[in-house]
Amino acid sequence: MTETTRTVPEQARPADELTQADIDRQMAREREAYEKRLAEGAEPSHHPRREYAPYRSSALRHPTQPPVVIDTRLDPEAVELSSPAFGETDVTELDSDLTRQHQGEPLGERITVSGRLLDREGRPVRGQLIELWQANASGRYAHQRDQHPAPLDPHFTGVGRVLTGDDGSYRFTTIKPGAYPWRNHTNAWRPAHIHFSLFGSAFTQRLVTQMYFPGDPLFAYDPILQSVTDEAARARLVAAYDHDLSRPEWSLGYHWDIVLDGPAATWIEEGR
Amino acid sequence: MSSHTRPAPTPSHTVGPFYGYALPFPGGPDAAPHAHPDTVTVHGRVLDGAGAPVPDALLEFWGPDAEGRLPRRGGSLRRDPVTGGFLGRNGVDFTGFTRVATDADGHWAIRTLRPGARDGRAPYLSVCVFARGLTHHLFTRVYVPDASGSGAEADPLLAALPAERRATLLATPEPHATYRFDLRLQGPDETVFLEFS
Repeated sequence: MTETTRTVPEQARPADELTQADIDRQMAREREAYEKRLAEGAEPSHHPRREYAPYRSSALRHPTQPPVVIDTRLDPEAVELSSPAFGETDVTELDSDLTRQHQGEPLGERITVSGRLLDREGRPVRGQLIELWQANASGRYAHQRDQHPAPLDPHFTGVGRVLTGDDGSYRFTTIKPGAYPWRNHTNAWRPAHIHFSLFGSAFTQRLVTQMYFPGDPLFAYDPILQSVTDEAARARLVAAYDHDLSRPEWSLGYHWDIVLDGPAATWIEEGR
Repeated sequence: MSSHTRPAPTPSHTVGPFYGYALPFPGGPDAAPHAHPDTVTVHGRVLDGAGAPVPDALLEFWGPDAEGRLPRRGGSLRRDPVTGGFLGRNGVDFTGFTRVATDADGHWAIRTLRPGARDGRAPYLSVCVFARGLTHHLFTRVYVPDASGSGAEADPLLAALPAERRATLLATPEPHATYRFDLRLQGPDETVFLEFS
């Protein structure tokens, strides 16, 4: 990079010419601001702020008014304290094995991902729906608008779903997704990740998030992961390699537990 | 409070741009059983802070039937074990759950049952908003008046809001049991978004 580009303020150039160095500076500012809030006594933030400049698409899509807080203890019949239910008609056995949904085997490194879905009291969330989607081993989504010039895999769609067991457990067989470029800034790359969608026993616990793989060198460069400014919270998005979950001559195993936030009627009753 | 250590929650992330082949499902926007007399259509647009349509938002609605009962029933996204595709809803059972993606113009429409009041409060559907660019989903409510056109007067949430903010949560009646509800993520007419404690 030349001295000229380093000294021009990022706002002075078109947004599509933002460099990784520009984004790095913005992310550092956000981290410093968060650490300052912590030092001033703020509680740790488990979730990203909706206003996060380094992730440019957030600029016009975050509310500027603070949310209105509803104390569910004062409204035990609130619709949000119960949740949509899903059952055996909503999931087939093949839905949790993303390597068996086509005529042939997908390319890539076969993995299993398993863990438990818990509420914020640490209790298992039973019989609820987990949905998952991901890019293929080359980093390409089976989505028409993904124009990354990496090959599609005719044997891999990258969509799965499962119902959690009585102990909140889930298991998927899939392939490890590839990293891919995106247009947040010049030379922006997403670390390999799997998207997860989760329901709890209350709609307040609804969660959509992404799971990462340990040791990915792209973590520090990615404004989506770094939008979670709390380091310990970020670490909770990274699965653990678990050799006991690896199957001989077949697949590598990753363990990832998911903890839903938000109040639920059950814990309020039981917590008294 | 319980004495054991509570695990820290898993952080939220954006739904991103490429959920469209994974999360929407056939029949997702149509929760009302066929020819049900309490069927309402609710529709609107999702707009960003510049007033531009958001073509890559995903909305979920959760609400009771006309008697205010919340179903505990699966069957929203029935799978076909023969083809690996979707069967669609069975047209009889009401699950209370709809999911709809916005179109290229930021528009969406759902057909569900007119929500009934619970606990004497104004009837509403709970709404959860996901979008590319939105790092953490947003909750709001769409208050749908009862068939006589009343119902929103005595609600504690609505009563606590200034009139112009309250209006962002009220569905506007149109002909044929249809209601308009636009969502503004940012700006002067920004929708009221909710947090639950």
